[in-house]
Amino acid sequence: MISALKTILSYELKLAWRQGSTGGMAVAFFLVTVALFPLGVGPEAKTLASIGGGVIWVAALLAALLSLERLIHSDLEDGFLDQLALSPWPLELVIFAKALGHWLVTGLPLVLATPLLGVMMQMQAHSIEVMFYSMLVGTPALSFIGSLGSGLTAMVKKGGLLIALLILPLYIPTLIFGVSAIDAASFNGDPVPHLMILAALSIGAVALTPFASAAAIRLALE
Amino acid sequence: MHKYANPARFNRLANAILPWSFGVMAIAFAYGLYQALVASPPDYQQGETVRIMYIHVPSAWMSLAVYMVLASASFVSLVWRHPLADIAAKASAPVGATFTALALFTGSLWGKPMWGTYWEWDARMTSVLILLFLYFGYMALWRSIDDQQKAAKAAAILAIVGVINVPIIKFSVEWWNTIHQPASVMRMGGPTIDGSMLIPLFTMFIAFHAYFITLLLWRMKAELNERKIQIMKENEVLGQ
Repeated sequence: MISALKTILSYELKLAWRQGSTGGMAVAFFLVTVALFPLGVGPEAKTLASIGGGVIWVAALLAALLSLERLIHSDLEDGFLDQLALSPWPLELVIFAKALGHWLVTGLPLVLATPLLGVMMQMQAHSIEVMFYSMLVGTPALSFIGSLGSGLTAMVKKGGLLIALLILPLYIPTLIFGVSAIDAASFNGDPVPHLMILAALSIGAVALTPFASAAAIRLALE
Repeated sequence: MHKYANPARFNRLANAILPWSFGVMAIAFAYGLYQALVASPPDYQQGETVRIMYIHVPSAWMSLAVYMVLASASFVSLVWRHPLADIAAKASAPVGATFTALALFTGSLWGKPMWGTYWEWDARMTSVLILLFLYFGYMALWRSIDDQQKAAKAAAILAIVGVINVPIIKFSVEWWNTIHQPASVMRMGGPTIDGSMLIPLFTMFIAFHAYFITLLLWRMKAELNERKIQIMKENEVLGQ
């Protein structure tokens, strides 16, 4: 089991590294999207600081979403998933490894980029710190819920828009608790309860979504 | 339950139920709408606008109830592979989405005279809006997959994931709402409803349920016929 996890994970990481890093692209998208907001709303420090947490979280949702379309689809096209389905490993484990790989390649770079964006959005140091933690505990939920959307749309030719429609409503709780932790920090409240619920959402997603995703992928493989 | 997987048997059952559900719907709508729009008294605070309630409250109720029907049918289709459950789930989605849209629309019309705004990011309105998005996603998934059996299963998985998420979304939206709006505009647990309003409201509830049953059976019959035509066409092409 562990060796299977390692094999798939190292495959995902190698692929991401050698294909010119989807993670880098996601981070670039993240930066550009957030940079649009001061241009759209105006450079006033107070306004930017008050919307900063929300803007950065929404941009992170979209960045995660864009990279999800290929997560299952490309492996289905080149027959890799057929081979994995023939292997003795349970498909649930395969999906778990792939979603974990997605988080390492896309989610983690986004988390690491947030302090920079926080500074650009004129946020206070303490808010930036809390935002970093909220992204760290919240982004796994994005990758794992996203793997479900990716599995459901695997058999659809152009699933990009569909995946957004399916997954964005399911991302709403993550967004709400991610931003409320930052809000709590900027109004001198205690962000810990918000972060704990966020962590609970992530753990729930990690534990449950591989089953649903695997069921969806079995359909695509039939 | 599998007795009714046979379309001919289902059609007989549906044909037996339909006149009754249609009759109940017609009578309940006629009596309920007359009571709601004409006979019942205007509210002492809200005046005539209270009449929106007789449409708004049943639609809001049905928006969630239909989603539960949809999710239960999806569950039955995944677990017992009941072929009619797929069709029931597929047929109820647009009806539920319409109820949800109607609830939002009448709510916004009611909000203007009551709260002075068409839209308020209130916890209930926001969660109903998200429910509408869930319906949209469900219908979009059905449309995107050509193979009907695969589409049915994929949509069923989505519906069940959605139904697990409905309480989480509700909880998170309420949490979010309490942070951003300490003073809610809505009168929570307002005055209890008087009998003169309760009877028309109750009649409208019956009318909405009968309407849903009638429409669901019609849509299921139409879907079955459509599939039959599809198979006949395919056979014609194959020269059988």
